Amino acid sequence: MTDITKEAMMPPRSFVSQDAIQVFYRLLAALLICAVLAVLSDSFLSLGNILNVLRQASLTFFIASGLTLVVLTAGLDLSVGANVALSACIAGTVIHKTGSPALGILTGLACGGIVGLLNGIMVTALRIPSFIATYGMLWVLNGLTYWYMAGETLHGFPAGFRQIGSGYLFGLPIPVYLLLVFLGIGTLFAQRTIWGQEIYAIGANPVAARLSGIPVARRLLLVYAVSGTMAGLASIIFLSRLNSAEADIGESLTLPAIAAVLIGGTSLFGGVGTVFGTFIGALILTLVLNGMNLLSVSANWQPLVTGIIVILAVWLDMKTRRRAQ
Amino acid sequence: MREAAVVSQPNPLQRIPGVAIVLVLLITLFSVIAPGFLSVANLSNVLVQSTILTMLALPMTLIIMTEGLDLSMGAVLTLTSLCVAIVSLATKSMLLGFGAGLLVGAAFGVANGWLVAILGIPPFVATLGTLGMAQGLSLIVSDGQSVVGIPHSVRDIYSATLLGIPVPIVMALVTYAAFHGLLYHTRFGTYIFALGGNREALRYAGLSPNKLLIAVYALGGAMAGIAGLLMTARMNSGHPTAGLGLEFDAIAAVAVGGTSFERGNGWLLGTLLGVLSVGVLRNGLNLISLPSSVQVASVGVLVIVALFLDGLRSRA
Repeated sequence: MTDITKEAMMPPRSFVSQDAIQVFYRLLAALLICAVLAVLSDSFLSLGNILNVLRQASLTFFIASGLTLVVLTAGLDLSVGANVALSACIAGTVIHKTGSPALGILTGLACGGIVGLLNGIMVTALRIPSFIATYGMLWVLNGLTYWYMAGETLHGFPAGFRQIGSGYLFGLPIPVYLLLVFLGIGTLFAQRTIWGQEIYAIGANPVAARLSGIPVARRLLLVYAVSGTMAGLASIIFLSRLNSAEADIGESLTLPAIAAVLIGGTSLFGGVGTVFGTFIGALILTLVLNGMNLLSVSANWQPLVTGIIVILAVWLDMKTRRRAQ
Repeated sequence: MREAAVVSQPNPLQRIPGVAIVLVLLITLFSVIAPGFLSVANLSNVLVQSTILTMLALPMTLIIMTEGLDLSMGAVLTLTSLCVAIVSLATKSMLLGFGAGLLVGAAFGVANGWLVAILGIPPFVATLGTLGMAQGLSLIVSDGQSVVGIPHSVRDIYSATLLGIPVPIVMALVTYAAFHGLLYHTRFGTYIFALGGNREALRYAGLSPNKLLIAVYALGGAMAGIAGLLMTARMNSGHPTAGLGLEFDAIAAVAVGGTSFERGNGWLLGTLLGVLSVGVLRNGLNLISLPSSVQVASVGVLVIVALFLDGLRSRA
């Protein structure tokens, strides 16, 4: 507890500069990985591969950016992957039934948001620890999705809708533009709005936040709802990219999203981290996985490597923070 | 929260109602709506199917009592089950296979304990990381395929009987007795209560909380190894997703059984009743032909309700 209080007592400006240094180190790490991969593999620097890395990183970033806000409050949302699966399947059904992509997109976002809101209610009103509440939600959503799909696959969506995930604009994949938009919105929200600063305050010291008049429960509801809605957005991109929806598409998404947040320097203990850091985290993780792919390492190795990265990231984070104090 | 911890045996009278009522309600419900639920064959089926879960839920109780969590148990069970299958296939020896599974399970347990105790990583993230690692290793050693053609000596463990009682049930009962003895009648058990309730007291008593914590997680990993043997015997094969989500059923059983997530207070008999509740729920839903997806969702709801009630009780 004392560590956290100490950090909360530091003037807010030192957060920013400390964060800037952390982000700088991570950018260096990303460049280093790029250099190594460029030496090891001829195809790494090809335009096609770089665009592929960016597109892949943006998919991880959409889920991880909402999750960052949750982790900033010292919470965790383990249900994001399962949320993507359910939202994608429901949105896909709506598009098939009504023929309207707009309606499908709205349904997907709403579905993700409602799930996030339910997570928030469990954490605030029912006071269940967030990691266990969202872990319960993970299995509830998994069950619902498998039951709803009954082993079916939704396939074939309108060409216009598929542009969202697989189309290009001025030579760049459309998800990359979305990434820039949400990176901007997320950074502005977290660093430049009162609500964003209140979220940092809640994570740094919830008691002090409550005593200084921050509506803690309402802000927590907000971050879980945002995390859910971003999962809903990711579900739309997945749906349009894969041109199909199955019940199991979310199973391999949660661990990479958490990895991206933690590599990006957001502390599990709350109050420290940035959305931009998470973007770098998503980029680093994608580069590693892409590199393994280029060096023809079997995809079976991905969960092992991601697991190791999660643990390393937390350990490094704790070590640097301890030294900083 | 820690001030409220009770470093003595919990008061059973306070807890019996919750989980016992859940179990009785579930049994009553399914004996009315599910034809054949009350038959001897089906009930013994529920018991046999609950044995693997018992072996995970008992150590999970101890881990949760230390204010920890082990999300990797299901994935580690998958890996140990594959080890049993692969090694017994290669050596034709059930015992060597079992040894390999036990060793791998214990190694993962020690790793979990080390990450939590020595590095100080929060348990849910440390074990989420090892979950990924165990899942990855399972895919790598099996190449994503089932391992079939294992010796009959492995399969026979699941179908054999001892004095007319199926061997898995005997193993589960022995495990329960061992855990009961360990928790309530040894010093180690008292230390476990202290790990969740008052870690400082352990330090003042000259003990190392870190070593004890590693031992508790190692026990969890080793039990996942033993359960892995049963899983391979039950399926007569090794499969890279065999234990998917089993850790969640174990957490559900512990939560329904009245072990608190915040006060270092645990109750083994409650966990056993919790295991039976989860087993009855899954079996009953299966009998009225609801798919396993609905069973998974119901267990999720069961956990959330149990934790909500736990939260109410802790505030009362």
